[in-house]
Amino acid sequence: MTKLTPVLSASWDQKDSFTIEGYKRNGGYKAVEKALAMAPDDVIQLVKDSGLRGRGGAGFPTGMKWGFIPQGDNKEHYFVVNADESEPGTCKDMPMLMANPHVLVEGIIIGSYAIRANHAFIYIRGEVTHIIRRVQQAIEDAYKAGYLGKNILGKGFDLELVLHVGAGAYICGEETALLDSLEGFRGQPRLRPPFPAIAGLYARPTVVNNVESVASVPAIVNNGVEWFASMGTEKSKGFTLYSLSGHVKNPGQFEAPLGVTLRELIALAGGMRNGNKLKFWTPGGSSTPLFTEAHLDTPLDYEGVAAAGSMLGTKALQIFDETVCVVRAVLRWTEFYKHESCGKCTPCREGTWWLVQILKDLESGKGEAADLDKLLDLCDNIAGRSFCALADGAASPIISSLKYFRQEYLDHLSNGGCPFDPAKSTLFALAEGGAR
Amino acid sequence: MPLTAADNPVMDSIINRYPRSRSAIMPLLHFAQSKDGYVTPESIEVIAQKLNLETAEVSAVATFYTQYKRKPVGEYHVGVCTNTLCAVMGGDAIFEALKDHLGIENDEVTADGRVSVEHIECNAACDYAPVVMANWEFYDNQTVQSAKDLVDAMRQGNPPAPTRGPNKLPTWKENSAVLAGLNDGRAHEGVQAGEPSLLGLKIAKEQGAK
Repeated sequence: MTKLTPVLSASWDQKDSFTIEGYKRNGGYKAVEKALAMAPDDVIQLVKDSGLRGRGGAGFPTGMKWGFIPQGDNKEHYFVVNADESEPGTCKDMPMLMANPHVLVEGIIIGSYAIRANHAFIYIRGEVTHIIRRVQQAIEDAYKAGYLGKNILGKGFDLELVLHVGAGAYICGEETALLDSLEGFRGQPRLRPPFPAIAGLYARPTVVNNVESVASVPAIVNNGVEWFASMGTEKSKGFTLYSLSGHVKNPGQFEAPLGVTLRELIALAGGMRNGNKLKFWTPGGSSTPLFTEAHLDTPLDYEGVAAAGSMLGTKALQIFDETVCVVRAVLRWTEFYKHESCGKCTPCREGTWWLVQILKDLESGKGEAADLDKLLDLCDNIAGRSFCALADGAASPIISSLKYFRQEYLDHLSNGGCPFDPAKSTLFALAEGGAR
Repeated sequence: MPLTAADNPVMDSIINRYPRSRSAIMPLLHFAQSKDGYVTPESIEVIAQKLNLETAEVSAVATFYTQYKRKPVGEYHVGVCTNTLCAVMGGDAIFEALKDHLGIENDEVTADGRVSVEHIECNAACDYAPVVMANWEFYDNQTVQSAKDLVDAMRQGNPPAPTRGPNKLPTWKENSAVLAGLNDGRAHEGVQAGEPSLLGLKIAKEQGAK
């Protein structure tokens, strides 16, 4: 019996899976009929009861988020989908939107109906043109079919859905920066409270959900709470997309119940390339502390990963084998955080810059042993001291790599530079070293 | 071709998507790039007037986001992912080789105006690493040689189709219009998914999932 549970990805192998015809043939837009026949509060309760938690990183219960929207307040409400997918290693929402954008549209209609929003937005990153085409077309086709616009399915519910395209800023994946960007400002995080549920887009009550969270809703409406809870673990219910990249034989997307382990997933991916040894990996993108071989059997659910000292994050499993220099990897991530720091908060803006300087020296063998403690001291002074979690993310790979690979940093100093050959890590170097 | 009065209907349709007009800044900047290839001082003035804002307010937004260019890029703008995963898998080698092959540095354009290169951050296609983007279309699983071949074909005006994208690679300006939310009618072109996206599903079926 297979460990895998394809639900979101079940139709992706059908050539026209992204069209409204293909989606409807697979049972699409049945859930919206069912949901619109329910009272909005009952839809919120259903999602609460399912135990669905946010798939964008934080794992906040989706139904609870919907329930925070004040009702009867005579204000406009907004439903916003975070499709900015930019956390390094994360590559689950983009293939979903390329292969099946309608499941997101259907989830948005249900969510907007539940929180009583008549205007919804998809904020998608700007560097994925073909996916933008697919989502735009899906929205237009949903309007034509009467699933969007006025008086949807004759139920008296109106919804306008707008695709908003970003322009290359990682920080806009942070929900309040996303809202500022959507309002037409520089994408910089806001101080909370107030939270978006009270004062979000245009200072109105707003839900911001990740693509995968919203896309999971139609299946829950169709199949029920018990079906959903039959997958996953006690506090981490349901199925989710795990994305394996890097030094496994066959990288790809694997949809499985929450709680699967990396050992199981690597086996599905054909093992490590060339039978090499696993060195380090991220459980949920570069902002989640690194794991090593010691964590192969950690259950990949919200609690299991947290108990082992990291975060489930976006389930972006970046796999690095023994050929990879951890200092090089961490320096590159740190350069990313420095580049993407929006500049609003001083500890993050200045701190990430200094982290890069010190790591560069260390990688080239010019640093000194005391720099390792300086790195940790800097991390301590930037993490948790800014409006958003970008600086926390920047500290994660540094602190965790020093925990597991301190000696490797020191080896750079005694060696007078990096002891690794980067060519051995590449996809194409393997032509010499054996097939992938 | 700069923004003119003839573009008013399109700009108005973009503004009308939003409950508040200021939200239209980003799509209007993408639209401006579809005309000029980059964000010119003149287009900033036009957008400011349209939205009843100061030019400084529009400039502030335009300079925050890396996809808005302040000088011309090539007809084909090539982005090489050099974030950690892609860098390790070969992105670093590809980026160095392309700069050398084209004789240009990061953010520069070849003398014929055809190709520009930029190192980019994670583009959400890590299971296809190393990834090269051209005009923000996916070229998956690249090698040094395939990337060189790609830019050579661009300079001859005949680039191959993206791995997961439309049947023919659009120009930078054409794709900027898509980013402004203008449907070019090509959503149906190309594959629905690449092999890595389908791997888990394939194995699940082989193993007898329902």
